[in-house]
Amino acid sequence: MAPQGEVKVLGAWPSPFVMRPRIALNLKSVEYEFVEENPGNKSELLLKSNPVYKKIPVLIHGDKPVCESLVIVQYIDEVWKDSTSILPSDPYDRAMARFWAAYVDDKMFPTMREIVAANEDEAKAAAVALFKEGLSLLEEALVKMSKGKKFFGGDEIGYMDIAFGCYISWFKVTEIVSNVKLFDESATPHLVAWIHSFSSHPAVKDVMPETDKLMEFAKNVVFPRIRAAAAAK
Amino acid sequence: MASIKEEEVKLIGNLPSMASRKVEIALQLKGIKYEFLEEHDLKHNKSPELLKYNPVHKKVPVLIHSGRPIAESLVILEYIDETWTQEPALLPSDPYERASARFWSKFIDDKCYPAVRKYLTLGSETEVESARAEAQEGLQFLENELKGKKYFGGETIGMVDVVAVGVAFWQQTLEEIMQMEPANSCQDFPLLCAWADELLGCSVISDNLPSKDKFSSLIQSRLQFAAAASAASK
Repeated sequence: MAPQGEVKVLGAWPSPFVMRPRIALNLKSVEYEFVEENPGNKSELLLKSNPVYKKIPVLIHGDKPVCESLVIVQYIDEVWKDSTSILPSDPYDRAMARFWAAYVDDKMFPTMREIVAANEDEAKAAAVALFKEGLSLLEEALVKMSKGKKFFGGDEIGYMDIAFGCYISWFKVTEIVSNVKLFDESATPHLVAWIHSFSSHPAVKDVMPETDKLMEFAKNVVFPRIRAAAAAK
Repeated sequence: MASIKEEEVKLIGNLPSMASRKVEIALQLKGIKYEFLEEHDLKHNKSPELLKYNPVHKKVPVLIHSGRPIAESLVILEYIDETWTQEPALLPSDPYERASARFWSKFIDDKCYPAVRKYLTLGSETEVESARAEAQEGLQFLENELKGKKYFGGETIGMVDVVAVGVAFWQQTLEEIMQMEPANSCQDFPLLCAWADELLGCSVISDNLPSKDKFSSLIQSRLQFAAAASAASK
């Protein structure tokens, strides 16, 4: 029996976190309404649905809100369980997917912000070096988890692909705006190939922001905010 | 052939670490036998085992099950629940309730603990006041979540209760021992107070928490350190 209730996603096009539930719903072929939020003017629905953080994404299934992007992805996987699985079935493999997903949120995204915020060459170089160290760990993780296939999830996109892949456009924009090269085919060949495979996947390509559009938004809105926050510390 | 569940379980942990305590509680609640490998000096002398089994973060706790390591306490708790499916279930079976449990677990780890920690270690009065307000805001959400429930897990202890043991512990210890005005007094948070009593009344929980004396001296030394640092910077 198909799970009852219509599905809404409250989000915004530039947000990597919002991509996550959208990719998951696409993988499961679940129809949903995308409600574009304006972060400067949050809707009543958003404030009511996520009183703790007041942030996007929020999934509303029927009348029930689910918050936090990775919690939402797991919810989607568990509700629409007759479709392709997002998390692997073995508990150890699931633990690895969850571990690395937490790693990219806790380490890679903040380090990317450090690269953007750096106003001296030395600080920038240090942040880039740290980022690349993380990438080499992720390269190893990809080889191990994919078991020779294209994605962290194997033949098909899985939890870790979704968790990490949502940042791809932001990493590209950081490379261009901060004038650094983060992904290197000689250092992390599997990750470079994975970026292409992930970005062109049917469940992903329509929800991944275009680099040009994102670059304008990053340059004008987000990156100045990151630099201001860093300067205030 | 023995199933994977019966294979050797080890836990690399550290007595003061609340994260280690949570994993031990979960293992004991499920009746899982394990060997505890204690890290004595995380600051200056991490063991070769820790560096081998958690090369990414080099932190405790690390669960090792039939030779395979799992790190990060929330990841470990879910692994335990999925591998040893006997009662008590740490996560409920309904997907919406599971999402709720995961949400609150992360909230407690990401927001509540850091807020209370800040409150305990900050120097100036204004900083302490603002940290206290932040901690109270978090605790109010938890108070609301407990309405009509004995535990966060409902009638039985669940993952959120395990993750929140530190909150229960601080609830009782700060007021009693420290004569500190806690961030979570029973007047402001009666449900949290009742919950803390229930939780700490379970021997599996209280057996795994530091003695009140030990905890008190740890907090005292942290406060002294913070006061000295604050005085030195003036």
